[in-house]
Amino acid sequence: MNNFSYTRVSDVASAVREIAADTTAKFIAGGTNLVDLMKENVARPGRLIDITRLPLNKIEATEDGGLRLGALVKNADTAYDETVRARYPLLSKAILAGASAQLRNMATNGGSLMQRTRCYCFYDTATPCNKREPAAGCSALDGFNRIHAILGASDQCIATHPSDMCVALAALEASVQVQSSEGQRQIPFAKFHRLPGDTPQIDNTLQPYEMITSIDLPPKSFAGNYCYLKLRDRASYAFALVSVAAALEMDGDRISTARLALGGVAHKPWRDGEAEEILNGKPASLKNFQQAAAAVVRNAKGYGENDFKIELAQHAIVRALQLAVSMEQPA
Amino acid sequence: MNQSRMPEVDGQASPVPPSTHSIQLEINGAAHALDVAPWTTLLDLLREHLDLTGTKKGCDHGQCGACTVLVDGRRINACLSLAIMQDGASITTIEGLADGDTLHPLQRAFVEHDAFQCGYCTPGQICSAVGLIDEGHAQTRDDIRELMSGNICRCGAYPNIVAAIEQVMAAARDDTSS
Repeated sequence: MNNFSYTRVSDVASAVREIAADTTAKFIAGGTNLVDLMKENVARPGRLIDITRLPLNKIEATEDGGLRLGALVKNADTAYDETVRARYPLLSKAILAGASAQLRNMATNGGSLMQRTRCYCFYDTATPCNKREPAAGCSALDGFNRIHAILGASDQCIATHPSDMCVALAALEASVQVQSSEGQRQIPFAKFHRLPGDTPQIDNTLQPYEMITSIDLPPKSFAGNYCYLKLRDRASYAFALVSVAAALEMDGDRISTARLALGGVAHKPWRDGEAEEILNGKPASLKNFQQAAAAVVRNAKGYGENDFKIELAQHAIVRALQLAVSMEQPA
Repeated sequence: MNQSRMPEVDGQASPVPPSTHSIQLEINGAAHALDVAPWTTLLDLLREHLDLTGTKKGCDHGQCGACTVLVDGRRINACLSLAIMQDGASITTIEGLADGDTLHPLQRAFVEHDAFQCGYCTPGQICSAVGLIDEGHAQTRDDIRELMSGNICRCGAYPNIVAAIEQVMAAARDDTSS
């Protein structure tokens, strides 16, 4: 780990002023990803601004009937919160599918959005990586790319976003509240993370001088029919090869509203409006599920080791939709 | 080394950063005033500065759980936590669980169930299990397995680890229901 200086801030205004004044500075909260990246020399901040004591650690109702998740609420406290469990069980399940109990006790909601890819090349400073060092080249394209993207990748980067929580937040259409010295703004979840394109070093649309203050959930919570299905190489404590957040509103046997978000397949949680449209207003049948699944992967591309994900994703989508209808829990 | 108080930013530019900062920690019930560099992890502070070597460095990347300690009663990975950020916290390590010569019920259960072979992961397993029982979310063996998945045992003592935890969990339940 490189040497760095440390500043602790006690209010949001100081935090955003400090970050704007020092381009080498980074915010630190749970630290579960950043400290690890610093140990690997992938992240080399000149200064850490400790935001853990800011008053952003509450879960509270919003005026529109939704729920505001403070950026500094721990993952475990969010997942086990009674209101989250009762009203947004999809989110609770997704959080509990990720990491370990220890990490969920440390990691914060805001940090979950900011965590970086677990691409092996990105983590290995001896290996070229466009995300770590623009224009260095991508070692995963023709390398060992079992965990990599099948959707929305570029010839610069095929890394995936590793979060489970974010997949549920994408399906729930959360919004991200951010603050800077210039004021507040709101970023719709679908516009928060981005695809790699020619600038894979940029993970999201948060500006370097901005801070996430909360993640707001809309009133529509899909508590009746939902499923978070995570497929991975071991039964627990592993990143998703493919995960699916399925959220349905049912009208008898018909689907009135379908939301599908996928993890482990792209540089961001993957939504596909066309696939959801195939389900909207239709009977909850295997045929319709398969059609929607085929639509999600219509432009999918494998890179060798990860070809299996194209078929796996389709089966996962069908299974998640079936479980969302029946409300059995995935094994 | 240059030492100073923590630079609290309160409307003014912070002074030139010192190389160490003074922090206060309560560790296993004893108050400690310590000077730490910002990059010292809680794990290194415990092991290298305080000789509390019960807490183990396994992977040093939050993947194995050998460094699990309790901070204000909650289990975390000490290797991914900067000591400076824990200023004011109460830390419990494996050395702080026994009451004098009387082992903590989980320590006793691990011995009774032969829940280890080499023992390297054991302090982390036991601290993690203390956290697990306090959290109260595990009801079944499967829950224990899932909620202990952050602690790897390469000797493969898992069945006995789960049995030890299950015994203490059941005893705790009986205590509260009687």
